[in-house]
Amino acid sequence: MTIKKFMFVNRKAPYGTVYALESLEVVLIAAAFEQDVSLAFLDDGVYQLKKGHSTKGIEMKAFEKTYGALEDYDVTKLYVDEESLAARGLTTDDLCVPVEVMSRAKLGKMIEDQDVVLSF
Amino acid sequence: MLNIVNKSPLDRGSLDSCLQAADGGAILLIEDGVYGATKGSVGEAKLKAAGGKFKLYALGADAEARGIADRMMDGVTLVDYGGFVDLVAEYKTCQSWL
Amino acid sequence: MKFSILVNEGPYTHQASDTAYQFAKAVLAKGHEIFRIFFYHDGVNNATRLTTPPQDDRNIVNRWSKLAEEHKLDMVVCVAAAQRRGIVDEGEAKRNGKDATNLAPGFRISGLGQLVEAGIQSDRLVTFGD
Repeated sequence: MTIKKFMFVNRKAPYGTVYALESLEVVLIAAAFEQDVSLAFLDDGVYQLKKGHSTKGIEMKAFEKTYGALEDYDVTKLYVDEESLAARGLTTDDLCVPVEVMSRAKLGKMIEDQDVVLSF
Repeated sequence: MLNIVNKSPLDRGSLDSCLQAADGGAILLIEDGVYGATKGSVGEAKLKAAGGKFKLYALGADAEARGIADRMMDGVTLVDYGGFVDLVAEYKTCQSWL
Repeated sequence: MKFSILVNEGPYTHQASDTAYQFAKAVLAKGHEIFRIFFYHDGVNNATRLTTPPQDDRNIVNRWSKLAEEHKLDMVVCVAAAQRRGIVDEGEAKRNGKDATNLAPGFRISGLGQLVEAGIQSDRLVTFGD
């Protein structure tokens, strides 16, 4: 099967809208198709990775664990925009999975390098 | 890369994020994104500040729908849906900055 | 060139579905091929045949069905997103014990693998969303 570089660009916070959850579902399928998958988190998308999601009060399904499970699907390329983190008072210590932090410009170059860019 | 922006810069940060992250190529403003290219607006200032890093386009039908086709900034080329298709064909990848 | 289109929003609330439709028509007018149009998130709501929009406005669902019929397009609605939002065909009704179906002509319900395949097989994949 052809292997293409799929980049999933996450720019929205979790729970306020469905995009974070439903885009993760596509990531898992792309990994199952053995594609070269990476995820980019910028703007409010970085909030998806904030550890400690506790959704009992809003009665929504929590999906923080799914980010941790990505490794089992060989999805290990998670790139986070350092400016988005800083603007939100976050550091990598706040995140639920290991990520590679990079400048916005470098992230832009990575996105440019992809075959398929999916935005949600 | 073709960067497609569909929201107004005063409503969403997508134009800002695009201008800061994208590595050149083209920006196509569609839907409410066309407001970003109106003369005298904050969007015009941001696009001008990008200083020629991007080729700038806007979807004419969206500008006309909003009554702003006559006040698009210089340096933005209006295209129709056919032109939109040509832009997607021209660039190896496209990203929608939603 | 082979194009695929991802539609992330439903009809009327966002312009995404309209823009995607106009783009799809333009792709065909330019002589390119559409490999697949995939409907995800609220985009699945483009596939209910139960809409009755005002007579003096565009009928978004019907024109998708018509475009698919005229050009033999493959329009796929994501099964997981459809289940969440109540877009149902015969198979889904049986499987999930629903007493009605509402899938409009020209659409079929299938898995996210169809979206990934579209990314693999197409030269270009364009997303329309919010």
